[in-house]
Amino acid sequence: MSEVVCTLWGRAGLDRAAQGVLGAGRRLADSTGAALRAIIVGTADDALASGAQAVADRVVVATGPGLEDYNPESYLAALSDLCKAASATVVLLGNDTYAQEIAARLAHRLGGSAAGDAVAVHAEGGKVRVTRGVYGGKATAVIELEKSPAVVWVRARAIEPADAAGRGAGEVERVTPELPATGVKVLERQEESKGGARLEDAQVIVSGGRGLGGPEPFTELQKLADVMHAQMAASRAACDAGWVPASWQVGQTGKKVAPQLYLAIAISGASQHIMGIADSKVICAINRDADAPIFKHCTFGLVEDYQKVIGPLTERLRSAK
Amino acid sequence: MKIAVCLKQILDPEVPARDFKVDAAKREAEQGGANLVTNIFCENALETALQIRDAAGSGEIVALSVGPAGAEDVLRKALALRADQAVLVVNDADTNPDPLFVAKTLAAAIKKIGGVDVVMVGREAGDWGAGQTGGLLAEELAIPCISFAEGFEPGATPGTIKVKRQTDAGFEVIEAPTPLVLTITNHDKNVPRIPKTRDVMQSYRKPLEKWTLSDLGVDGSTSHAYSQVAELFIPKKETKCEFIEGDTVEAKIDALAKRIGDILRAM
Ligand SMILES: Cc1cc2nc3c(=O)[nH]c(=O)nc-3n(C[C@H](O)[C@H](O)[C@H](O)COP(=O)(O)OP(=O)(O)OC[C@H]3O[C@@H](n4cnc5c(N)ncnc54)[C@H](O)[C@@H]3O)c2cc1C
Ligand SMILES: Nc1ncnc2c1ncn2[C@@H]1O[C@H](COP(=O)(O)O)[C@@H](O)[C@H]1O
Repeated sequence: MSEVVCTLWGRAGLDRAAQGVLGAGRRLADSTGAALRAIIVGTADDALASGAQAVADRVVVATGPGLEDYNPESYLAALSDLCKAASATVVLLGNDTYAQEIAARLAHRLGGSAAGDAVAVHAEGGKVRVTRGVYGGKATAVIELEKSPAVVWVRARAIEPADAAGRGAGEVERVTPELPATGVKVLERQEESKGGARLEDAQVIVSGGRGLGGPEPFTELQKLADVMHAQMAASRAACDAGWVPASWQVGQTGKKVAPQLYLAIAISGASQHIMGIADSKVICAINRDADAPIFKHCTFGLVEDYQKVIGPLTERLRSAK
Repeated sequence: MKIAVCLKQILDPEVPARDFKVDAAKREAEQGGANLVTNIFCENALETALQIRDAAGSGEIVALSVGPAGAEDVLRKALALRADQAVLVVNDADTNPDPLFVAKTLAAAIKKIGGVDVVMVGREAGDWGAGQTGGLLAEELAIPCISFAEGFEPGATPGTIKVKRQTDAGFEVIEAPTPLVLTITNHDKNVPRIPKTRDVMQSYRKPLEKWTLSDLGVDGSTSHAYSQVAELFIPKKETKCEFIEGDTVEAKIDALAKRIGDILRAM
């Protein structure tokens, strides 16, 4: 029986992304009559192991030397062996940086084809088709993958989790893969901790752009964000200027976020920025230019100089609490 | 240290959405009045390579592109920025070959160039945004690949480099043996420099190698064996924005605070 494989990272736990990957995998398996296998690389906590078991028919947890923490060469080698051991027709990954780094290489090792940042994955006439934004989000393409397995990284957080009700728990198998020696070593791993939730999982985001004019106004934005219990983000222009860390960047080549509220301040709304925020429930912008493209994506917005707005807005939200 | 920088020519990604059109039958974008430019992440890669050569005081940079004859422009620009050598693999037959075909072609060219220690590609192309060429190229060459790199410095032992790269949470420093592939991302230190007018003029007198697919033993008929575009369209999705009105700024801020407060309380 052919299999759909979901690839998950033990370290990440059963986060929203893992749930999205499992959801996409379950539906694809059901629609093609395949079985669902979840492969977890690195030690899985109980929530992840049982969450995967609830959705997948079989769960493989791979641990051992070289797999404690992510390393591109060891994770790739392990995954390629584990996928070969399955009769995978589709391999799904999330769209975190690690998945993006190794997905195409994994496809190559499996003799398959890859495509990424998928908003939808379908099987059609024996081939897998992937729907994704192209041209910086200005167009949508359906890419047909010619080789099998299809290795696809998906916009996991925007994908519905699976309905696990009424399923029996899948079998769990624990393995310790033999890994080839690699000269690639992670010497240092730094997290630019901002406190609170990860940006990708944030429910409220306050984001600033080039129109802020420098790093100082981000301090004002931070006060607003604190009152709103929001995470901070930025456009590429603000990150490239060095005003805020690169890990704050949202967009085509930054984080893909899906908050309840995304407040964009002095951001024009280039298509590449929109690509990262399109899954937000409500987008609101403050921009002094009524013709700024961002307003085409807003539920509501204010045309005004941000300098007149941020301080008073922060005060009003604070006193309204 | 010999660094090969792979540069892709693309349709200007800054074309505003209202001017952007696709030819659904041909499954590609219409050029219209837009320019063809070097993909920004390729420019970030070249800038990174130039800084590394400057810092080392030695080294060689080879600019490499696969594309139609007109892609010569991106290589002239690279020469104007003082790349040492430029190679164009001319592929006029297919305007959008699949990522594996491009990777196989680049791999063959890199072998022919010879002695390359580090291959730099952009993290993704601003047109189709596949984000796969670097990884596939590494597999074709059977060497490691580190993605989202900002740059590197010499490693503790000879034959290794120390790469700083971005992750979702922050960054990592990775030691890796050469040769290897790096996919380069943007950051505040690799904003591309502007070439000097004199260097631009001189770039037209510098040699530029042109190779064909058959020079490299690449079979042009395999350019969609990996994937192809089945459909291309412009999504219709426009939200009607409710602009906050008010007689004074104060009144508008009151109204905005109320709208935002309502959402926060409902969560
Ligand atoms: C391949 C590729 C990938 C990209 N990936 C990303 C990405 O992931 N994320 C991303 O963000 N961008 C990305 N970009 C860049 C993108 O195209 C835009 O250049 C960028 O988003 C612009 O940032 P911005 O809106 O902050 O700046 P600008 O476009 O300069 O906009 C500034 C805005 O501020 C407003 N403003 C100015 N002063 C004030 C004031 N006092 N009060 C209120 N408003 C004011 C202006 O009206 C304007 O609308 C990418 C580009 C390419 C080519
Ligand atoms: N035709 C090409 N010629 C040279 N380099 C390319 C070509 N296509 C892709 N690349 C390189 O691969 C990177 C990623 O492109 P992609 O995988 O298509 O998103 C680009 O930034 C380039 O560095």
